[in-house]
Amino acid sequence: MRAVAPEAPAWPDTQVLPREAAHPLESPVGETVIEASGLGVTFAAHGHETVALTGVDLAIRKGEFVSLIGPSGCGKTTLLRLIADLTQATSGSLTVNGMTPAEARQKRAYGYVFQAPALYPWRNVERNVMLPLEVMGLPREERRRRASRVLELVGLSEFRRRFPWQLSGGMQQRASIARALSFEPPLLLMDEPFGALDEITRDGLTLHLHQLWQRTGLTAVFVTHSVPEAVFLSTRIVVMSSRPGRVVAVIDSRLPRERDLDVRETQQFLSVAHEVRVALRQGHADA
Amino acid sequence: MTRVLPVLCVLAVVITVWFAASVPMNWSQAAALADDNASWADIAAATQSLERPLLPTPAQIAGNMVTTLFFYPITAPRSLLHHALVTAWESLFGFVISLGAGIALAIGIVHIRTLDRTLMPWLVASQAIPVLAIAPMVVVVLGNIGLTGALPKALIAGWLSFFPITTGMVKGLRSSDVMQRDLLHTYNATVSQIFTKLRWPSSMAFLFPAMKVAAPLALVGAIVAELPTGAQAGLGARLLTGSYYGLTLQIWSALLMAALLAVLAIGLVDVAQAVLVRGRGGRL
Repeated sequence: MRAVAPEAPAWPDTQVLPREAAHPLESPVGETVIEASGLGVTFAAHGHETVALTGVDLAIRKGEFVSLIGPSGCGKTTLLRLIADLTQATSGSLTVNGMTPAEARQKRAYGYVFQAPALYPWRNVERNVMLPLEVMGLPREERRRRASRVLELVGLSEFRRRFPWQLSGGMQQRASIARALSFEPPLLLMDEPFGALDEITRDGLTLHLHQLWQRTGLTAVFVTHSVPEAVFLSTRIVVMSSRPGRVVAVIDSRLPRERDLDVRETQQFLSVAHEVRVALRQGHADA
Repeated sequence: MTRVLPVLCVLAVVITVWFAASVPMNWSQAAALADDNASWADIAAATQSLERPLLPTPAQIAGNMVTTLFFYPITAPRSLLHHALVTAWESLFGFVISLGAGIALAIGIVHIRTLDRTLMPWLVASQAIPVLAIAPMVVVVLGNIGLTGALPKALIAGWLSFFPITTGMVKGLRSSDVMQRDLLHTYNATVSQIFTKLRWPSSMAFLFPAMKVAAPLALVGAIVAELPTGAQAGLGARLLTGSYYGLTLQIWSALLMAALLAVLAIGLVDVAQAVLVRGRGGRL
């Protein structure tokens, strides 16, 4: 058994994801990508009804980075899963690129990054990244080309022949982000992707995710329970609360679009973070 | 060496106890055959070389095996090699049947809800029927419709060994976690893609242990199926004729040969597993 590989060098910041052509599903700048109105989910189990999410009205435009933040049980993951068609709404309406979530999923409109890397242990890193491309029926050469491009983007080129269990947690999650990007979806959905990582690794990944978003013009929806992470990454922050899960505030970030880690020390950053904390507390007090 | 040494130690203990036990076990027979004025030592020596001992010594069995394996032409009815090959072929044939049927049943159970609900009790019942009871019926019925030779024995061998394959594969095909399945769902993967990209590869960790259980069962099935055929060929036939005529050496040689075949079968499964593990970077 080989020892776990040392941490790969940070994502090279000179790399740019070269988009071959506009994605066929890509909407014009500023157009609404996700639109929810009166959206709700009620789970029924053992004759008990649990309201996981209720009355969500939200519009996310192209190119935005939107964070969903709130305590456990506030329905932030449920909302993300609704967008991804992994959970079904019981009330209200939701469109993704003007389609139902199911249609959008069938057209492979989004890449999804889970809480855990969910890499397949019998595939090496490169073959994990190629998994969506295989499912989508791309020719072998094209799969190779795209895999090497996204692996370079996340700084894992040297590790492409390694197996998931030979990588650190941070590298595994980078591989899973590379996998989500490999088919160039215009929308990236992320469910607490850095939740299980230590703070130093997290900081690095957060910065690189920000740079990635800037270069690619992706629309991103990011679930987190970390206020600094949400403020640092987002153009808008959706604050949610539990029992029942709902949106309590939507906060526009006043930070410049281009940021580095130092932005966290600025007055602007602290005031946005304060606003988020107040909204979180408010939501908690109301419940 | 660290792996071989403990095995050799156990073997040495077993052989020592065996030799020691053969003296009292064969004493009365040796004493009855001995001269009136034979000493204790003469009788003790005689217990080691009886023609039909109650408990043959390891040396006698080894000698018998070497002779019957290597010193008869392979077509001779006395050749142990001939009988071992017959049984090995039937077992292999049966194992292939059980692998095919076991995996096919598991795929059906995993994908079709009706089969999941209805099939399992019948499969369990099939294993509750003693194979000794059903083997003669199957062999005789198939013989009546002209199916003789290896096929009826292979069917019994398959019957006895498919169950661990089915249960192992049902568990294995369902062993992927929710996130791994959701991932393919987000790619809009088809049922057959979910099978080839996720279910099948994740079931391998269950298939190989199941095969290690099934392989010796197939061997037992083949031997049992040889018993009611008038003892024409195979290790089962050697066991049967041996017990008819009280040829204990022949029985023990056949038993040991069966054990060696089982070890060989499991070794082959291990080799196949090692090949797969290499392709997976060192883990199953």
